[in-house]
Amino acid sequence: MEKKVLTTPIQRKDLEGIKAGDIIYLTGHITTCRDVAHRRLIELGRELPVDVRDGAILHAGPIVRELGEDTFEMVSVGPTTSMRMEKFEYDFVKETGVRLIVGKGGMGPNTERACKEFGALHLVFPAGNAVLAATEVEEIESANWRELGMPETLWTCRVKEFGPLIVSIDTEGNNWFEQKKVEYNAKKEEVLESIYQEVKFIK
Amino acid sequence: MNKEEQVLRMTKIVSDFVGHVAKVLPDDVQEKITELANDERNPLAKTIYATMKENMKLAKELSRPSCQDTGVLQYWVKVGANYPLLGELESILRNATYQATQETPLRHNCVETFDEYNTGKNIGTLAPYILWDIVPDRDDVEIFPYMAGGGCSLPGSGKTLMPGEGYEGVAKFVLDLMTSYGLNACPPLLIGVGVATSIDTAALLSKKALMRPVSSVAPNERAAKMEQLLEDGINSLHIGPQGMGGDKCLLGVNIEHGARHPSVISVAVNVGCWNHRRGHMVFDKDGQCTILSHSGVTY
Repeated sequence: MEKKVLTTPIQRKDLEGIKAGDIIYLTGHITTCRDVAHRRLIELGRELPVDVRDGAILHAGPIVRELGEDTFEMVSVGPTTSMRMEKFEYDFVKETGVRLIVGKGGMGPNTERACKEFGALHLVFPAGNAVLAATEVEEIESANWRELGMPETLWTCRVKEFGPLIVSIDTEGNNWFEQKKVEYNAKKEEVLESIYQEVKFIK
Repeated sequence: MNKEEQVLRMTKIVSDFVGHVAKVLPDDVQEKITELANDERNPLAKTIYATMKENMKLAKELSRPSCQDTGVLQYWVKVGANYPLLGELESILRNATYQATQETPLRHNCVETFDEYNTGKNIGTLAPYILWDIVPDRDDVEIFPYMAGGGCSLPGSGKTLMPGEGYEGVAKFVLDLMTSYGLNACPPLLIGVGVATSIDTAALLSKKALMRPVSSVAPNERAAKMEQLLEDGINSLHIGPQGMGGDKCLLGVNIEHGARHPSVISVAVNVGCWNHRRGHMVFDKDGQCTILSHSGVTY
């Protein structure tokens, strides 16, 4: 199967037909953006120092090596738990016009609504693969809000075929993890019933 | 070698080995992931395993930590009662952790509670955490360095059950955790289960369970049976790597147990992510080091 590569800037129509569970790759720009950046924009009303409209954000706190004045090397970067940003994500997408939100694990109803209304995707970069992800970063082009420290700084990266990125929420609001959880839980009861029969050690 | 030289040499070896553990998985975990990847049929899951394989290769080649979250260091120490550096061990492990943090480098993950600041050194109050076992009639020391990221630390939990809930309750506790927090803890997971009396005893055993090789079997027949039942049961949920669906989702289930008060049965669970960074090293009384977890590594 041919690699599906999206290139920033991304329009709503570029995301049509991409379904939860599909795999895509990203070429162009992605900016790390996590807890404090979300709080600042939504709760404190501060404008993001980076324009991510039609672009991508990454829920991550990387290890970055400073090579000289404003030049950096991405050493290790992996996604962090996206669910921490769930309470802000609807407003975040609305305010910023971001198209791709990349992180780890699933997100909830706020993000589903945002993806559907504004045309965006939530994607998972398989976690624990921080060296691979770092080698897909060609260059860190800018660093903003550096006072937040290394993990929380907004690192804007130029990436080439960054991925694999697995679609967890598509533009119709379909949520891969939520669908899967229903399957897992349905099967779990059945599995437990059979284990119960085997572990009656207290008699 | 005098004592001072021996302490310095040991600190350097532990530091180097901790750095290695951050970059290269132990043999048993590598073997198990390869086996799971080969057996996997789901295309999405196969892509994830291919990503893991590439990452393990790059981490080794580029000599970088394979995951950006290198955890708060923990050491399980089984020390012989006659081991000559017993009194120096704590500071050796503490200094080695700091040294490894600078040299590898490891992420600064040590936040002082209540005062709420990052020490910036990856060591802090009580950290690195050391679990001590004293072994009579031995003069060597076994050390298991372990780093768990936030992702796989999060599911950690325990409960003291009434005996009426029985081992059925233990099974339910483990499965409920797996289908909730477990999905986000980077499966395929190693599940460490402790079954004992009060909650702290179960919690401690659940961590020790993670130090056992992934395919090891509990010596107690019923505990071994329960390991197998839980492993097969959880795998049959088809949670897959990263919780996104697939064939299996476990490196294994290890159960450690101790006696209980007749009125309670406590269960605790600690999980290790697929990037299960556990080492196992032995120093003899003269400071000679043997690495048991990573073949080809000598000091």
